[in-house]
Amino acid sequence: MSTKTKMAPEKRMLLKGNHAVSYAVMRCRPEVIAIYPITPQTPIVEKITELQVSGDMDVDIMTAESEHSAMCASITASLTGVRVFTATASQGLFLMHEMLHYASGARTPIVMACVNRTLGSPWGFWPDQSDTLAQRDTGWIQYYTESGQESLDTIIQAFKVAEQVSLPAMVMHEAFYVSHALEPVIVPGQEAVDAYLPPFNPVHRLDTDLNESWGNVVNQDMFYRHRQQMNEAMDKVAPLSVEVDEEYEKVFGRGYGIIEKYRADDADMLVVAFGSMCGTIREAVDVMRDEEGLKIGLLKIRLFNPFPIAEVQAAVAGVPKLVVMERNYSPGIGGVLHQSLKAALYGMKDAPKMHGYLAGVGGVNVSLGKIVELSKKALADEPVPESVWQR
Amino acid sequence: MATKEKNYEIAEEDIFLSGHNACPGCGEALAIRYILNTMGPKTIAVVPPSCVAIISGPQPYSSMKIPVYQTTLESSAVSAAGIARALKRQGKDDIKVLAIAGDGGTYDIGFQALSGAAERGEDVVYCCLDNEGYMNTGAQKSGASPHLVYTASTPGGKPSAKKNIAEIMVAHGIPYVATATTGYPDDLARKVAKARDMKGGLRFIVILTPCLAGWGVKEHEGVKVSRLAVKTGIFPLYEVEHGTKYTINYGPDGTPVQEYFKMQSRYKRLTPAEIAQLQEETDYQWALLQARASCVMGVDQAFQDRAAS
Repeated sequence: MSTKTKMAPEKRMLLKGNHAVSYAVMRCRPEVIAIYPITPQTPIVEKITELQVSGDMDVDIMTAESEHSAMCASITASLTGVRVFTATASQGLFLMHEMLHYASGARTPIVMACVNRTLGSPWGFWPDQSDTLAQRDTGWIQYYTESGQESLDTIIQAFKVAEQVSLPAMVMHEAFYVSHALEPVIVPGQEAVDAYLPPFNPVHRLDTDLNESWGNVVNQDMFYRHRQQMNEAMDKVAPLSVEVDEEYEKVFGRGYGIIEKYRADDADMLVVAFGSMCGTIREAVDVMRDEEGLKIGLLKIRLFNPFPIAEVQAAVAGVPKLVVMERNYSPGIGGVLHQSLKAALYGMKDAPKMHGYLAGVGGVNVSLGKIVELSKKALADEPVPESVWQR
Repeated sequence: MATKEKNYEIAEEDIFLSGHNACPGCGEALAIRYILNTMGPKTIAVVPPSCVAIISGPQPYSSMKIPVYQTTLESSAVSAAGIARALKRQGKDDIKVLAIAGDGGTYDIGFQALSGAAERGEDVVYCCLDNEGYMNTGAQKSGASPHLVYTASTPGGKPSAKKNIAEIMVAHGIPYVATATTGYPDDLARKVAKARDMKGGLRFIVILTPCLAGWGVKEHEGVKVSRLAVKTGIFPLYEVEHGTKYTINYGPDGTPVQEYFKMQSRYKRLTPAEIAQLQEETDYQWALLQARASCVMGVDQAFQDRAAS
């Protein structure tokens, strides 16, 4: 334990979104970080290695030869009983895919930052959440954030949730719009984070004194029960995320909720989104409410997996209409948030009508003016079941 | 040239237990016995999908009296490395980490992770149990299958040569590379003990383990066929320290390769011309190994002399 980090007080810094993640990781004191560079994640690993060399971080960094290997080492280091962090994006996340399932199956509470980026082919480096949304079924908790500060705070919270339910967690922000944008960020003091996030000390671990093994072939019944137990753990994530966020707000003064309603009271329509678009939508809501008299609000989804069905149903109860604006596309499905919302609201009494707009796919800029324009269109139009290409 | 190491006392601890799931006469079970019992109780093993995973046993049983982590086929080396690094952070320096993978999980799909772990100097003992094919899935060809051999996926004979994994690992400059086989258990156990006690990076042993079902060998002839692999020069036993210090332990004694082939149904389709060709290739590889050993050691000595003067 470095004395330099132990005494570090809260500090306001001008940081890129990615560097905010690195500072959050420093405060969480992981023992092992296995990592591989990929645009636009790379500044996270570069800053972490700088912090290690400067003595601010006491951590073992494995510069793996692929993201697949980075995840493999993360799983075994975690199973051996130490706190583990890694980060990736896009193609790298897909190379990890097999091991993402392995990590959650092994109940390893790894925390991973993912910087959302388009997937090839064709090549692109643009903000698009299709990469992590395609990992929805891997058994990882997924949080989507809209700023460097929120990413920093969510990394710290994610460790606290993941380690209590023994499931891995991903924290997302988008390429360049957040990852490389400078903003003032408050880095919490080390002692406060130490008090908030206790050391990771799992009962079960790979140790010759315990002689416990993991991964052997199981029969059908054991597999069934194993997946049932993962479900039980997943069911705890939403309420625990609320609790952990409320505690965080008490200590550090910033809380986010697992969903956020912004000026949603008495709304004729809510714009539903996650990630960086939410900041612009908030401003657009102000314009529409204050200058145009339109009763439109924002519903931000921060915890995407497990999808907070009860909270979302409660949030939209009484609202006549929703419009989802998203920055991802699943061919054959449409917008993943649109699909998830439809599933979450199915069977709800007086469920709102819903538009699904593929507005920002491939990193296309969704400006304040565009959000206002699309919101008015959605208010006037009758929704169709499919997601619509609308920019 | 061959220097024989004799009289090594095999010190066995009861880590690998009876009642496991290996076939009768299995070469791998023999290898696992000498590996685990030599590594000792302060060991954590990593096992990918392979015959070793089957032999290790289904949940909740285990034939290995140590913690075993079963990983994916391509990730043994790096999975072991993750454990080793976490143990070091916990101050548990006395616990050794051992990967036991098959040839498919080493020569083929696991090679990237192995090469990366070697390059990074991971503190891991890596044993490849080489039975020259994907035997667990029904004897298909791997990069370790020999030239012209019949496998379930090369029914016309394998058109390419066996990959020389030992020399590839030597080229990584790691502390220790060795070849071994179950017909020479004292040599095998000595090499495992040596790898266990060395430091400074990954230690790699490739162990030829006859697969009786996959090779078409009689149940009581596994050890004999293993010894013939060495005596014909098909699989010479040697070790290399730090990429330069070669020691050849056992090499060919003039036994023709056909003596080895005729014990195995996987070679029964060979024509006389093909047998002659494989004899030539075997002689050539043996000559290359000897030349490589003396040449590399000569250069190494010259640089040591220069540094001393």
